[in-house]
Amino acid sequence: MSLLEIRNISKSFGSNRAVDDVSLTVQKGEFLGLIGSNGAGKTTLVNLISGFFPADRGALVFDGRDITRQSVNERIRVGIARSFQLVNLFDHLTVLDNVALTIFSRQGKTRWLWTLADRDGAVRDEAVTVLGQFGMGPKAGMLAGAISQGERKLLDVAVAYALRPKLLFLDEPTSGVSTREKAPIMDTITAVVRAEGITAVVIEHDMDIVFRYSDRIVAMHQGAILASGTPEEIRRNEQVAMTLLGTHVNHAG
Amino acid sequence: MRIAGPITSATQALLTPGRVIGVALGLLVLLLFPKVLPPFETLQVSYGLIFGIAALGFNLLLGYTGLLSFGHSAFFGTGAYVAAFLVKYWEIRSMEAFIVAGVLGSLAVAAIIGAVCVRYTRIFFGILALALSQVLWSLALKLFWVTGGTDGLRVPTPTLLGGIVSDALGVSADKTEFLAHRYYYYVLVVFVLSTAVMWVIVHSPFGKALQAIRDNEVRAEFVGVQVRRYRYVAFLVSGAFTGLAGTLWVPLNGLTTPDVLYWPFSGRIVFMAVLGGFRTFWGPIVGGFVYNYLEVWAVGTTVYWQLVLGVILVALVLAMPTGLVGTAGQLVTRLRGRPRP
Repeated sequence: MSLLEIRNISKSFGSNRAVDDVSLTVQKGEFLGLIGSNGAGKTTLVNLISGFFPADRGALVFDGRDITRQSVNERIRVGIARSFQLVNLFDHLTVLDNVALTIFSRQGKTRWLWTLADRDGAVRDEAVTVLGQFGMGPKAGMLAGAISQGERKLLDVAVAYALRPKLLFLDEPTSGVSTREKAPIMDTITAVVRAEGITAVVIEHDMDIVFRYSDRIVAMHQGAILASGTPEEIRRNEQVAMTLLGTHVNHAG
Repeated sequence: MRIAGPITSATQALLTPGRVIGVALGLLVLLLFPKVLPPFETLQVSYGLIFGIAALGFNLLLGYTGLLSFGHSAFFGTGAYVAAFLVKYWEIRSMEAFIVAGVLGSLAVAAIIGAVCVRYTRIFFGILALALSQVLWSLALKLFWVTGGTDGLRVPTPTLLGGIVSDALGVSADKTEFLAHRYYYYVLVVFVLSTAVMWVIVHSPFGKALQAIRDNEVRAEFVGVQVRRYRYVAFLVSGAFTGLAGTLWVPLNGLTTPDVLYWPFSGRIVFMAVLGGFRTFWGPIVGGFVYNYLEVWAVGTTVYWQLVLGVILVALVLAMPTGLVGTAGQLVTRLRGRPRP
């Protein structure tokens, strides 16, 4: 059953067609890997779906409703959230407040001027629970700007997750962290996402990560979709191997 | 950097015995000032309290929302002129009427200026706020039959609490005595209430949203905070606080002139916040007091007071980039962290 339908969507920046007539369906509950070389249009596609900028052409249907013209805020309300390639956090707020603010926002409480934020026990408890799910509990009282890069990556996802989305975009969740940290970060994220039944789309350059964690992989090249299939199908795809992986498929193997 | 460990909430942090005693002692000292200080010094404390409110309002934008306004003289001046208009055109001398009208007037001005300014950030925001505030200054200057032009408008001592506390020309014939006692306590109460209200605002979910916008407006938008709308509300609240300060200031000064609408007055408010420490809640209040005392001292010391004041302020800001309160906090942290012999 599809959650997101991308219909012939295009986006150009000047003469550069960043996303060129892309059509794609994301199924409910799947963990979709989006791969491609730099400039393939992966992040632009996520930006179009999350509402960062509008599409030139095409349509987006999410959970049965057309969201093509909806604002970022409206897309969040229907259940789309994202993390960022370059970590985007509130550095002068504590780790706990980064998550708590998201919960306040989801509950429409950021309009409240006359109540003390830290007196809202329910929000506080939920924020602590979310941080616990991401293994960030001991860091709750620290400023977000003072934790390690790996922790910032996790917090970036935790903030998006606290919106309780149906569809979560993860833009390079392990970029900029050591090889040793990558698998634990992905293990944590996938455990939470799969436990909650959230549909996830992950952009990642580390092919080991993508092939290990994805149910399905979509390969992009020069703004268009090159191939789509299970990790095994993508691994055996000659075109993907030549274009993205820089290898030939070993048919003998 | 806050360290890991048990999570203490902001309210818990404020309500530690040490801080409660500190705030109580501060209030006690403020309450005793009129009894122990000469009237002139008490008047200076009143000015300090009023500038503290103005800087507190201003800092909701700078310290909490990340917007540097060079146009806050517009709200301070509006608060002052609205009170003066009530006296001139309706012969109203009730301080409560001054406050209600002054705050509403500055809210209206903030609604107009803010509608334009919050579309922009950084230098564009600051310059636009400055430019629009100067429209009010030029109006105050040119519409002299309404505003008194450069002569300004006089504001006599008001009645307090709906006339329960009479003015200087009523029960007491001494205007200075009235301003240094009854009016001082009136200002002190408004100051305490304003500080409490602002403290709740910055620690509310709304205040957290403003801090999120300050830190990262793109991410704030992607967690559902409607950035422009929140900036606008912050602008309104900020304008109202600074307008309230202007309204309290004008009976103390006895006169309002276009100078309070002119851009250097906005610069004074900016300096108060930076001097005290705009990254802290109490910094702008301390900055308001210190700036006022420095200015009074410099004016009384030399005819080149602007030069002397400028040099002192630049030196202070360079030596203490986190402001007086920020530096004091760092010193306390360092002393606490030092191992005991």
